[in-house]
Amino acid sequence: MISQIVSAVGVVIAGVFVCALYYWLSDKILQIVFPVPVDNVRAASVNLNRRAMVRPWLFLGPALLLLVVYLVYPVVATFFLSFYDRSGGNFVGLANYRWAIQDAQFRQSIFNNILWLAVVPAACTFFGLVIAVLTDRIWWGNLAKSLIFMPMAISFVGASVIWKFIYEYRGGSETQIGLLNAIVQAIGGSPQVWISLPFWNNFFLMAILIWIQTGFAMVILSAALRGIPEETIEAAVIDGANGWQIFWKIMVPQIWGTIAVVWTTITILVLKVFDIVLTMTNGQWNTMVLANLMFDWMFRGGGDSGRSAVIALVIMAAVTPIMIWNIRQANKEMGGH
Amino acid sequence: MSAVVSLRRIGLPRLIVHASVLVICFIWLIPTLGILVTSFREAGQITASGWWTAFTGAAETSAARLGEPSTAKQNGATYVISGSVFEGGKGGSVRAFGTRVAAPTEFAAGKPADIGDGETLTINEDGSYTYSKNAPFESGRGKRVYLSVATPPSFTTENYRTVLTSQGIGQSFVNSLTVAVPATIIPILIAAFAAYALSWMEFPGRALIIALVVGLIVVPLQMSLIPLLKMYNEIGNFFGVPSRSYAGIWLAHSAFGMPLAIYLLRNYISGLPREIIESARVDGASDFEIFVKIILPLSFPALASFSIFQFLWTWNDLLVAMVFLGTGKDQLVLTGALNALLGSMGGKWEILTASAFITIVVPIIVFFALQRYLVRGLLAGSVKGG
Repeated sequence: MISQIVSAVGVVIAGVFVCALYYWLSDKILQIVFPVPVDNVRAASVNLNRRAMVRPWLFLGPALLLLVVYLVYPVVATFFLSFYDRSGGNFVGLANYRWAIQDAQFRQSIFNNILWLAVVPAACTFFGLVIAVLTDRIWWGNLAKSLIFMPMAISFVGASVIWKFIYEYRGGSETQIGLLNAIVQAIGGSPQVWISLPFWNNFFLMAILIWIQTGFAMVILSAALRGIPEETIEAAVIDGANGWQIFWKIMVPQIWGTIAVVWTTITILVLKVFDIVLTMTNGQWNTMVLANLMFDWMFRGGGDSGRSAVIALVIMAAVTPIMIWNIRQANKEMGGH
Repeated sequence: MSAVVSLRRIGLPRLIVHASVLVICFIWLIPTLGILVTSFREAGQITASGWWTAFTGAAETSAARLGEPSTAKQNGATYVISGSVFEGGKGGSVRAFGTRVAAPTEFAAGKPADIGDGETLTINEDGSYTYSKNAPFESGRGKRVYLSVATPPSFTTENYRTVLTSQGIGQSFVNSLTVAVPATIIPILIAAFAAYALSWMEFPGRALIIALVVGLIVVPLQMSLIPLLKMYNEIGNFFGVPSRSYAGIWLAHSAFGMPLAIYLLRNYISGLPREIIESARVDGASDFEIFVKIILPLSFPALASFSIFQFLWTWNDLLVAMVFLGTGKDQLVLTGALNALLGSMGGKWEILTASAFITIVVPIIVFFALQRYLVRGLLAGSVKGG
């Protein structure tokens, strides 16, 4: 264990050193390859130009290499793998896609993912907005925000343990030690095994993600609310609008852009949700989602790269509109730069 | 001042706002509080009562047998059996008792209870009892009574000792650190150089690369896993090295964090004042010098924001670790260990809660210590770019 710590620390130091050395050394080599002689102005300017042409690529090199090897190439490769069989060796055309359309578990996953997409981003944004408005009006608002924001730091697995304990069910006449069942019992209901309750168990899993992500929505929306020009509110007050009207008709329309950003960010997160389902149910009791189904097929029976590639592509297809929108926004911003 | 302040003048009564925020905070905090409290309770108490009763002491229902009729002493017309219900070495204080399992709290402790057949039973809080009858007791075994016993609140750190040593959580903690720290530090430097090139250097294809980076931010990890797994296996076979290694996951995490890192840092670095960079260029500083001496120190807030993101993400990650790391003791990270415990230790909440708390304590410390930078990073990443 000690040796592992030592080697980890060593790697950090060595890694930083190697990175720094690369940038420093490549810069030095550049200066040697393209010298700038003092007596020859023409040669100097030519070489200075050459340096300026090469240097950006030296700076970008390692980053581009990582991006290409770990993201660009795999995206292309996954696309091609979806047309091949389980080992990736034989071309099978659209067989994997046909399988997906007919597979009950795949359909179940699509249905559940749509359910998650319908509930979680909306709930997070709604709660986040309400809490942002409320906490901005009290003196201990920042403390309250910290507490609500805190689950962001907790891993999905940790959060799953936390909530599994809340949903805990104990059979027979045993004392219910899960908070939810204790509450249900206290108000006269009968305890349930919440995470295997058909259909509704999805919502109990969603609650975990909502608990984690509401803080994120709150922080972003709170900043946007503070950016609303005061004149618009004052004009509404003079016109006799009440608090409710000001919120819905003056404040919300002005932060639509931010609401959209929060919504899409959480949407992407929801599409990739994996840890929560894995630790809570592992897809049992009809809670399977795409990311888990994909992981399942990556290793099930030695792994089926064709089928899991198809599932990954479905997730990718769902993300693509958001990706295009993001790129267009970024381009627009740079145009105005 | 701000819009919110003016809304305050005309808004809902303040008291309702305070109360609702208090309720929301309470709801948000309760789940975490639950496992924190539970992780310090004894295994027996955890299953006997909900964690919310931990501070008041739990009321456990237990059964005890009174002394056998043969031990009865005659006292005038009555026969008396006496002793203590806590003979098995158990302690506590009796709150109530009953003679039927369905009603263990039928009679209050310390008061004589008429239990029919001319029998009277008194059980005191300390467990001593007097069982009397106006006729001889029928022979047979001692009478069974049911007790509601209050056990005083007691807390222990034993659970933590157990999980850290015998459940391998201590080793996993080190493994998680081994993954997270290099995977946080390595990408920063690489991304910072790239961000500088994309902000302050003119070259063909720059806009394209920026578009690529923005696009890659949202590419789901799932798209990368299969080809990378194949690639790692091939590299492992070819060089005869294990395909699942720390080096592999460091590079994977670095690459997966790279688009966001470049994006965040570029947003920040391109916003630095042009004059500083241009005057340094006029003074003859090379891009390398400008970067190291001016850009890096000035972009500290952005670097801090990203490192917090990346640290939280790598520490909390389960999927990447499951694919690129082994499940052996020397490579199992905390999230993986916790997931495995959920399977093998199903109902053992003393183990699960203590382990869970160990996995979340580091990110929570990081979170509260550096929250300012985290918020700044979130705002830069979301509001500005979209």
